[in-house]
Amino acid sequence: MSNAAMQGTYLGEGSGLRAWLLTTDHKRVAWLYLISLTVFFFLGGAMAVLMRIELATPAGDLVSDDVYNRLFSLHGIIMVWFFLVPSIPGTMGNFLLPLMIGARDLAFPRLNLASWYVFIFGSLFALFAVVAGGVDTGWTFYTPLSTLYANGFVSTAAFGVFIVGFSTIMTGINFIVTVHTLRAPGLTWFRLPIFVWTLYATSLVMVLATPVLAASLILIVLERVFGIGIFNPDLGGDPLLFQHLFWFYSHPAVYIMILPGMGVVSEVLPCFSRRPLFGYKAVAMSSMAIAVFGFLVWGHHMFVSGQSAYAGVVFSFLSFCVAIPSAIKVFNWSLTLRKGEISFETPMLYALFFLGLFTFGGLAGLFLAALAVDVHVHDTYFVIAHFHYIMVGGMVTAYMAGLHFWWPKLTGRMYSETAGRIAATVTFVGFNLTFFPQYMLGFNGMPRRYHTYPPEFQFWNVLSSAGAVVLAIGYLMPLFYLGWSLFRGARAPDNPWNATGLEWQTSSPPPPYNFETMPVVTRPAYAYDMKGLEHESFSPHREEAAR
Amino acid sequence: MSFGVPFFPQEASSEAGHVDALFYTLLIFSAVLGLTLTGLVVGYAVKYRVGSKADRTGQRSRTMWLEMSWTVASLIIAFIFFGWGAVLFVRRDHPPADALEITGLGKQWMWEFRQPGGQREINELHVPVGKPVVVSLASQDVIHSFYVPAFRIKQDAVPGRTTRIWFIATEPGRYHLFCAQYCGTQHSEMSGWVTVMAPEQYASWLNGQGEGETLAASGEKLFRALGCSGCHGASSKVRAPSLDGIFGRPVALDNQQTVIADERYLRDSILNPKKEIAAGYEPVMPSFDGLIDEGELQMLLAYLKSLSPRPTAGAKP
Repeated sequence: MSNAAMQGTYLGEGSGLRAWLLTTDHKRVAWLYLISLTVFFFLGGAMAVLMRIELATPAGDLVSDDVYNRLFSLHGIIMVWFFLVPSIPGTMGNFLLPLMIGARDLAFPRLNLASWYVFIFGSLFALFAVVAGGVDTGWTFYTPLSTLYANGFVSTAAFGVFIVGFSTIMTGINFIVTVHTLRAPGLTWFRLPIFVWTLYATSLVMVLATPVLAASLILIVLERVFGIGIFNPDLGGDPLLFQHLFWFYSHPAVYIMILPGMGVVSEVLPCFSRRPLFGYKAVAMSSMAIAVFGFLVWGHHMFVSGQSAYAGVVFSFLSFCVAIPSAIKVFNWSLTLRKGEISFETPMLYALFFLGLFTFGGLAGLFLAALAVDVHVHDTYFVIAHFHYIMVGGMVTAYMAGLHFWWPKLTGRMYSETAGRIAATVTFVGFNLTFFPQYMLGFNGMPRRYHTYPPEFQFWNVLSSAGAVVLAIGYLMPLFYLGWSLFRGARAPDNPWNATGLEWQTSSPPPPYNFETMPVVTRPAYAYDMKGLEHESFSPHREEAAR
Repeated sequence: MSFGVPFFPQEASSEAGHVDALFYTLLIFSAVLGLTLTGLVVGYAVKYRVGSKADRTGQRSRTMWLEMSWTVASLIIAFIFFGWGAVLFVRRDHPPADALEITGLGKQWMWEFRQPGGQREINELHVPVGKPVVVSLASQDVIHSFYVPAFRIKQDAVPGRTTRIWFIATEPGRYHLFCAQYCGTQHSEMSGWVTVMAPEQYASWLNGQGEGETLAASGEKLFRALGCSGCHGASSKVRAPSLDGIFGRPVALDNQQTVIADERYLRDSILNPKKEIAAGYEPVMPSFDGLIDEGELQMLLAYLKSLSPRPTAGAKP
C-alpha cells in the first residue's frame, strides 16, 4: 500500500514493522486489533465447523469426547473474550471514536497501544492452552468441575482471560475519558452519533463489570493454591457462589458485546435510508438503560441451579425489564426506513439482516426469561440458538456492516459491491440454516455440549451442520475481496456514502491527526433530511482526495 | 413426530401441558410481532427504495405519542408473560405431601436412583403413572442436572446440598433422562430412561427387584456402624441431642438463633458440626466429612427423616 496516493495519510507515515508496532495513532492501533481479531475469529470459527461436522451423525465418530469438549470450550473462550468483547470497540471503536467527535486521537494514546499489548499477552496464554492440550471446562469454568475435576490447562486459559480483562478495562477508561473531554466545539451530548453513545455505555460496563471476573478468577487460584474454601463444598465453600460471580460479569459482558453492534446499525440504517434516526433520544437512552439493567439480571442463568425460587422470580422480572429498551430500539430502527430513499449497498444489507436476526434472537429471550419455560429449555440448544442469534446474527452481522461501511475510510479503497452483496446474502442464508434448527432441537430437549445424541435429533442436526458450511463460506468471502481491495480496489472518495458524521468530513484515509482544522458542529446527528448537506458540511481537503 | 422428525416434544407430565400453553402463546406472540416487523421493514424497503414514486412528503408520525405507546405496550405484555411463567415456576417448590420419595445421586457419569423401598437403579428410573414423585437430588462430584424433556422439568444436582424436583407422570412410556449440566468427559453419555408404568405394573416391577433394603434402613445400620448411636442413642452416657422427630423441628442454637432442622441443617451438622451448635450442648461431635460419601449421607438423612412421624411437605432444600 506504500503508494504515492497514501502520502499525507496515516497509512503513509512509515511502513516498517516498527512504525506499526510502536504507533500511538488510534487508527493504526485499530489495525493491530483488526488483524489479531480476524485470526481469532477464524480460529474459533474453524472449531465451530469441526463441531458441526461431528454433530452431523448421532455417534461420536469424527473426534473423541475429550476432543469435542475441548473444541466447544475453546470455541467459547476464544469467541467471547478474544473476539466478541474487543471486536467493535477494538477495531471500529478505536478508529472512529476520535474521528466521530472531532478529536486528534483518544485521550490516552499510549494506554491505547498498551491495551493491545496486554490483549496479545493474554491471548498468548489462551493460545498456549490450545496448543498444550486444551481446556475442557466450557467457557463458563463452572466449579467444582473447573477446580477439582478438569483435566486440561484450565489455569493457563483462565489466566489468559484474566489478563485480557485488563485490556478491556484500559479501553473502557480511555473511551469514557475521550467522550467526556475531547468532543469538538458544538458537539453536545445529544448531537453525538449513537455509535459514540453505545461505545460510552459499553465502556461503563467494561470498567464496572470486568473487575468482578478478575476477582472470581483470583478466588479460584486462592482456593486451589492455599486451600481456602470458597467454591468447594468439602472446604465449606459453595459452588453456586462461583456462578453468581461469573454471571455478574458475564451477563453484563453480553451487553458489552452487543451494544457497539447496535451503534453500528444506528449509523448505517439512517445513511442508506437518507432519513434521520427515528427517536434519537430514545435510542441513546435505551443504550444507557441496557447498561444499567444489564447488571441486575445475572441470576436468570441460574433458575434451575438450586438458587431460591423467589430469587428466580425477581431475576425473571428484571430480565423482562431489560427486554424493553431492546424492543424500543428495534421499533425505532424499523421506523427509520419510513419515507426514506432506501438503497441496498453491502453495509445496508448487513444492517437489515441484523435487524431481522436480532429481532428473532431477542424474541427467543422472552421464552428464556419466562421461568417455567426456561426450566425446560435451559441448557439445551434453544439457549445456543438464542445466544448465537444475538451474538452472531446480531453482533457479527453488525461488525460486518460496520467493516463494509467504514472500509473506504479505513483503507481509502472501495471493494467489489457485487461480491459484498453476495457475501452478505450467503451469510444470512447460512446463518438461519445453521441456527434456526437449533431452536427446534432445544424445544425438543436436546441438551447443549453433547458429543453424541439420540438418533431422533439427527434431522435438525444435519440441517444445522449444512448451514455451518454455508455460513463459513459467507465469512470467508470478505477475507478475499476485502484483501484484494486493499491493493487493487478503486480509490475511495472522502464520503462515498454521502453520510453525515465528522469521520466523513476528512480525507479517506484520514491524515495522521485526523483533521487539518478543528471541526465545528452545528447540526444534530443524522441530519439527512436537511437540505444542502453536501455543500455546507465541513470538508478540509476534499479537493486533494485522490481519485 | 412426523417421519421421525421431532417438531413438538411429547407431553407426559401434569406440568407439561401448562408449560406448553405458555410456550405456544409466546410462540404465537413472537411470530406475529416478528413477522409484522419483518413485513414492515420489507414493505418500507420496497416502497421507499431509491427512485420509487412513493409519497415522501408530510410530517413524520407524532413521535412522542408513538414511542410512549409502544413502550407501555411492551411493558404490559412483558409483565403478563413474567407473571404467567412465575406462577407456574413457584409450584416447583411445593410438592404434594403424599409424594413418593425417590433419591437420585449424580456422579461422573451416571445416575443412581433408590426407590422408597430401597431398590437401586442405574440410569433407569421406574415410576408409577398418576402419582406425585419427588426426587431428592445430590451429587457425588460436580454439578449435574436431572432433565426429562417430556416432563418439562430440570433441576441441578449440586455437591454439598440436596435439591428437589417433583412431577406427576401422565402417560405410560419410556422417556429420555438427560444430564443437562456439562459435567466432564462423558457428559453426553450420562443419560438414561424414565419408565412410566401403570400402578399395578409398577408394584409388580418393584417386587421383581427383590427385597431391597429401604434407604432409611441402610441409614440406620450406618448410624450404628459409624457410632452415631453411641452419643445420640437414648441410653447414651455422652450428652448429645436426641434425634427423635428431629426433621422439620425448630432447633435453638447457642448463638440465640433458631433454625429449622431441614436437610441443609442435618447435612451441615454431620459434615461440619461446629458450624451450628444446639443450645445447651458441648461442641464435641466430630466431623464426618471425608469419612462418608454422598450416597451414605443420603442414607443417614433418610434415616433421620424417618424418625419424624410425617415428612414435612414443602421443606426447602
